[in-house]
Amino acid sequence: MTPATRRWVFLVAGAGLAAFYLWGLTGLPGFGSYPGPYGPTILRLAVAQTHATGVVSAVNFEYRGFDTVGEEFILFAAAAGISVVLRHLRGERDRSAVDEAADRDVPATSGAVRMVALLLAGPVIVAGWWLASHAQANPSGGFQGGVVIATAFVLLYLAGEFLVFKRVSPVALVEVVEAVGAAGFVATGLTAVLLGMPYLKNFLPLGQYPGAVSSSGTIALISFFVGLEVAAAFILIVGELLEQTLLVRREDT
Amino acid sequence: MSVFPFVVVAWILGVGLYGIVTSRHLVHQIVCLIVVQSSTYVLLLGAGYVSGAVAPYFFDVPNHTPAVDPVVQALALTDVVVEAAVTALLLSFAIQAHKRFGTVDPHELVSLKG
Repeated sequence: MTPATRRWVFLVAGAGLAAFYLWGLTGLPGFGSYPGPYGPTILRLAVAQTHATGVVSAVNFEYRGFDTVGEEFILFAAAAGISVVLRHLRGERDRSAVDEAADRDVPATSGAVRMVALLLAGPVIVAGWWLASHAQANPSGGFQGGVVIATAFVLLYLAGEFLVFKRVSPVALVEVVEAVGAAGFVATGLTAVLLGMPYLKNFLPLGQYPGAVSSSGTIALISFFVGLEVAAAFILIVGELLEQTLLVRREDT
Repeated sequence: MSVFPFVVVAWILGVGLYGIVTSRHLVHQIVCLIVVQSSTYVLLLGAGYVSGAVAPYFFDVPNHTPAVDPVVQALALTDVVVEAAVTALLLSFAIQAHKRFGTVDPHELVSLKG
């Protein structure tokens, strides 16, 4: 298919999509007047029921907890999938591409970048840890915190060499952390079953007052496990992708 | 009633789809897919918005203050996570395509090869 016909097919399909979108739009209640009932019901009950002042976290890790198990395992499967896809090629090193710009002069990382990246790595881990452990109180949670923690490892890569990144995040260890994070979520749900309650029922004490770090029972615990899983998954993904650039460079020499 | 957020959704969706169709580079095409998916965040958050309401966090505002729908916000969070996973996986496929076929132009990747 030539680019021109491709564009025409897209325009026809796009016109159909636009018509259906406009049709759907007329059935919406209008911006700013969400009618419910699901959201308002949760807003009315969540803080008293879960002692979490972060209602989004309460939805994610309590009311829709089962969906979030699936969401977490999508990330888990993606990290595993990337390992499989890229590992398969490593065995075919002779057929893989060479660096097209082998004669390009790659400038060394400047001292300023190294310094700033090193200085930021510590605070970034603290910030990520704070996010992952405050899902019950503030706009935060394991997903956000995990990504921020993984960013600290990317900063270490920027500050040093790929080998530094590999040394501070050995694949065997990161994989164990990822497995613990994923299994911890599922095990928290199964513990409720063993105690004779429904899967993922909040079986821990809810704490003294809403919004405290120790409040909200399993919401905080699950968020912490999700933080571990997400951080490890992203470190694995980044490591796999970085290893590809290393692979090409190694072939040049 | 204001339709402006939904016009933004249509625009983001449209430019993203156009980018996917006309793209000449796999990485560019993947970025266009991210743009398409971004429109769903705006749609979700727009659908759950309540005029004059606060974010659904009651840490420093009294409980039962009018707040926007927390369910669509949780869905948007799921959306972001799935997008990150899909993007990472697609980028690894782009690397594999480049290694196998020596090109990242989708127009040249015309037939399936074993």
